[in-house]
Parts: sequence; structure tokens; C-alpha cells
Amino acid sequence: MKGNGVSDSSNPLRRVGALFDGARDWWEHAKSWQRYLVYLGAIVFALILPAPWIGSFMSPGSDWTTVLIYPIGTYILLAVGLNVVVGQAGLLDLGFVAFFAIGGYSVAYYGTHFGWNYWATVLFGILLAAVSGVILGAPTLRLRGDYLAIVTLGFGEIVRVTANNTDEIGGARGITNIPHPPSIPGVVEFRLLPAPYYYLILVAIVLVIVFSVRLQKSRVGRAWAAIREDEDAAELMGVPTFKFKLLAFAIGAMIGGLAGGIYAGKAVFIEPNTFPFILSATILAAVVLGGAGNLPGVILGAFVIAWLPERFREAEWLENALGENPAEYRILLFGAVLVLMMALRPEGLLPSRRRKAELHEGTGGMGAMGAEVAGPDTEVSTEAVK
Amino acid sequence: MLDDFFSQFLPSTVGGLVFGSIYALVALGYTMVYGVLRLINFAHSEIFMIGTFASLVTITAIAPASPLSGLALVGVMVLIIVISAAASGGAAVLLELVAYRPLRRKGATRLTALISAIGASLFLQELFALVIIPWLTGKPGRNQQSAPRIVDRETVFTIGNAAVRTDHIIVVVAAVIMMIALDRLVNRTKIGRGIRATAQDPEAAVLMGVSIDNIVRVTFLLGGAMAGVAGALYLMEFENTVFNVGFVLGIKAFTAAVLGGIGNLRGALLGGIVLGLIENWGAIFVGSEWKDVIAFTVLVIVLMFRPTGILGESLQKARA
Repeated sequence: MKGNGVSDSSNPLRRVGALFDGARDWWEHAKSWQRYLVYLGAIVFALILPAPWIGSFMSPGSDWTTVLIYPIGTYILLAVGLNVVVGQAGLLDLGFVAFFAIGGYSVAYYGTHFGWNYWATVLFGILLAAVSGVILGAPTLRLRGDYLAIVTLGFGEIVRVTANNTDEIGGARGITNIPHPPSIPGVVEFRLLPAPYYYLILVAIVLVIVFSVRLQKSRVGRAWAAIREDEDAAELMGVPTFKFKLLAFAIGAMIGGLAGGIYAGKAVFIEPNTFPFILSATILAAVVLGGAGNLPGVILGAFVIAWLPERFREAEWLENALGENPAEYRILLFGAVLVLMMALRPEGLLPSRRRKAELHEGTGGMGAMGAEVAGPDTEVSTEAVK
Repeated sequence: MLDDFFSQFLPSTVGGLVFGSIYALVALGYTMVYGVLRLINFAHSEIFMIGTFASLVTITAIAPASPLSGLALVGVMVLIIVISAAASGGAAVLLELVAYRPLRRKGATRLTALISAIGASLFLQELFALVIIPWLTGKPGRNQQSAPRIVDRETVFTIGNAAVRTDHIIVVVAAVIMMIALDRLVNRTKIGRGIRATAQDPEAAVLMGVSIDNIVRVTFLLGGAMAGVAGALYLMEFENTVFNVGFVLGIKAFTAAVLGGIGNLRGALLGGIVLGLIENWGAIFVGSEWKDVIAFTVLVIVLMFRPTGILGESLQKARA
């Protein structure tokens, strides 16, 4: 039935949500110079983010710049990519990590075995990821939402098991000595220091965000929204739904491949277990937690999900409460937070207004659960039966 | 290679039937919950895992000096199955209460419910790895835990070059009995009629005086109990378990449910057996490390040509 959440002011998350609503109203009516000022502010903020005085608060346990690259930057990049598939086109993908793996492996394999230039391997990885997205999507995108979810989950596992069993790409041992990106003379040198990689991933994130926003506002984005809300109606109005779904899959895969390429260039070493199912689930959780379809929300969600476990890695009060190693408990807490979050604010921290309306109508994504007669509305109707 | 196939065909078939029975039992839980709620109960794999640990504890407590046979074996197996089914069924009901009921009350979408299910699945795995397994067994929670042998593994009869052992027979027979019982329950009793009515049209079911909450609870209880039985049989057959034992097995059981036509109880049985057989036959050609890839490829191919599975959706359309 229809959501009744608006009246529920006792829920603290809703009050935070109301604060965001105010910010969004301002944003919608802001003049263009105001918007550019905000963009500029965001970029300046991102540029000075690795500063040690921020790091000393944000991640006292480990090197802040490294944390900013992985997990935070990588998660944000992956989440923006998955958002194209889940948030914009409304297709559930539980195997997104496969494209991350394909990007990473292509950099590692072509860089070590054939000595290709790093940038060429990244581009090739993006291409490979897009092709595999199409190969996966072509037979499966006609399926209903949750079947698609399981098929994509299976695809993620197929990629991981294949990497594990293929000796040509290192098997279970993985690939070591992946070359760093070549230096750009006079500008930057990619060695062991993390800072250049941070700016590399920052550039990638900004490009991907611009790309994603432009797409959302284009004909393609409108077609995706139509498919998400009512696929049959979209098809009837002449939207070639299958092609657009395939396009969403390919674009999401490309962004995943890009993230994999950047990650491999920094990491030097990858193995099949770098790409477990839990990573797919984490990125999906980031997208949904932030508010699928709304880019600021998705970025916030990815940031929170990547940063919180790092922040609590060596927190003393947690150590006292839980025993010697609080890092052990982070997946446990993560799971509990997911369940709680879905119960308290299912539309995410920062949903776009349109998505929120869709979710309350039960459209947008996979539709409503069966047997959903329960709830306040039903209590009335069951009383009527008596 | 073809020689290999013929020489290993019959033994693989026996192995496939054993695996297939376990897949089928777990698949029943996915299929029932999906039929009623339209929800992939992603945490069902953890319900299965709980079943394996319930049997582990029971077997360790009984700890027979030597493998059993005869009437003692039947008694012990029944005891283990009942305890596992109770533990898993109870856990499934609790899971529904905590992770799904609040969402249902709000009329949340299936995407939301799926995320909640993933969260619950991770939570249960880690809870077992960090707290419950060390407490139950006194060993590190992420290690594989092995169980003592309770079934004397003697060859009962042979078909061609395949030896059919006592434990194979127990798994298949127990699975078939459970499935017949469940089929009867859903097709012949009042509560089963309620389940089918809810699956067909929840609003009409409410108007006809069916308590949806009760039906959902019973559905989770039955599905969970089946997973518990599967857990007991799994532990008896393979004699070890680990906190994430459910993950791959759960995906495959879901594959089996889809293969047979999700929402269809007999389809889950058929899908489980078919998946178990295909996986084992395929492994003869390409090696058993590719088993998972075979299973998922089968899933993709079946969905391409017959998206509603072999038998199609029919918990809704079953006879009234």
C-alpha cells in the first residue's frame, strides 16, 4: 500500500531527511552562478581533502590518503557506475564486482604479460567490461527484476571462479608486479606515494559524475526513468526498452572497468579474492543507502560505507566494548545497519524527490512485495471484515 | 574423454542425486517464500547453515563410539533431523519477524526487502563466525568444523560400477519423505489452502478471512524447517560445515528453484535433482573445480529459453 512515512516524525532519520529536503529546495531554485560556486567549493574541498589535519580525525588508524583511494574513492566510482544500472534504469545487478574485476585483470594481464602502456590497458579494460556487460545483458535483460538479480550474482561468481581456475591469469595466486601508471614528465610521477593516485581517482570521479549527470538529463536518461517507472508503458510509447537497458548495463560496466583499472595500477597485486560477492553487495548497499538515482546521495552513501569501517578500525571505545579486534565486527555491524536502515528509511538517506514518489507508489525498480496487504491500511480493512 | 564419461557416468549420477536432494530441500524454502511474498529470501542460505550447526551440536552430544546401523541409526537420524528442523524453522520465523515484517507493514518495494535480506544474511554469517560458533564448539569461528561419523558407510547394492551406500540412501529417502509431506500439507490441509490463497491474491485472501501474518509465518517456518532437514542431511553426508557454507549452496538452490519454476513446489524438487545431475555430469568433462560455473551457465541458458522454469509458476495456480 501507499507509504505512510511522512507523518512519522518520531524517526530521527526522517528529521535528517527533512534537513536535506530544505537543501534540495534551495538547490532547485538556485541561480546558475550559485550552482557553479557550489561545484567550485566541492572541487576545492576534494583537492585539500588529503590534508593530514583532516586525516588525523577521519582515519587515525591508517594513512588517510590511502584510505581516500581505497576504499573511499574506489567505492564512490563503483557506486556512481552501479547507480546508472540500479538507480537510473532500475535494473538490479548483484554481480557488479565482475566488471571491476575485468578492468583490474585487464590492466594486470596486458601490463605484465605484454608490457602494454598503462593507459592503453585501462582503456582496453573499459572496453572489455562494456563488451562483457553486453554479453551478460543480451540474453538476460528480458528477465524479470529478481531473476536478473540472481543471474548477475551468478555472473559475478563465474568471473571469480574462472579467474581462480585459469592459470594463464595467475589462478588463485593472482598477478603480482602490476606496473604503475607511467609518469607524466614535469607534472606527476606515479610511484609508491599515494597522493598522485588520489588525484587520478578524483579526476576519474569528476569525469564520471559529469558524464552521468549529462546522461541523466538527456533523452537516454528520460528513457531510463520511463523504463524504471513502467516498462510496459515505456515500450508502448515507443521507447526501445531492451536497447536502453543494454546501454545502461554497458555504461555501468564501463565505469566499473575504469575503477578496476585505476585500482590495479595502485595496488600492484590482485587475486580472485580481491573481488568477492560481498563487494558487490557493499556497493549496492551504498547506492541504496544513499538514495538510488540521486548522485549526491549515492556519493554520500559510498563515502559512509567505505569510511565508517576504517574509522572504527582502531576505535578505543569499540575495543573496550567488543574485545581485542573491533575490525572483525565490521561486517556484522554493516549487516545490522542495512536491516535497520531499510526498516527506518527504505528510500535511502538522500533520495531524489522523484525516486521517493516512485518508491511510495511501489514502482521504480522491482515493484512491490506480494502479500503486502499488511500495514495500517490493512488493519482498517480487516476490521471492516469483522 | 568420452570413455571417461561412460566409466564415471553412474557414480556421478549417484552423487548428483545426493546433491540434488539437498538442493531441492533448500530450494523449497526459496520457492515457498517467493510464492507468497514475491521476495528472494537471500538469508535462507543462513537458515540452512544454522541447520548444519544444530546437527553438528546434536551429533557431537550423542557422539556414538562407532558408526551406527539398524534401528539405532534411524532413531538418531530422526532426532537430528527434528532438532535441526526446529532450529532452522525457528530462526526463519525470527528472521521474518525482524527483517521482513517491518518492511511489509510499510509496503516497501522488493528491492528494499532484498537489501534487508542481504544485510540479514551478512549479519547471521558474522554472528556465527564471531560469537556462536566459538561458543558452541570452542574453536575459532572461521575454521571448518568437522563432525563425527554416525552412519556406517557400507555398500548396499551396486548399479553397474556405481556403489550405492547407506548414506546415499538415507539422504535421498529422507528428502523424498519430507517433500511428499510438504506437498500433502500445501495441497491438502487448511493451512496449505491459506498459503495458496495468499500466493494467488493476498487481498482476496484477507477478505476471505485468511490471516496473512499467520500464513507468512507458517511459510517461513515450513521453508526453514526444510532447510534444517537439508542441513542435517548435508552434515551427515559431508561431515563438516563452516560459517559460510550456505553461500554457494544457497545460490545453487535458488538456481534449482528457478530452474523448476519458482513458486512451484514440485518444480523445486525437479530443479534440484536436474541441477545436481547436470553439475556432476558436466564435472566429468571439465573438472569439478568448474562445477559452480556449470550451474550458473545452466541457469542463464534455462532463463533464456524458458524464463518461467521447467514447470512454470504454479503455487498460485495449484488446485484449490
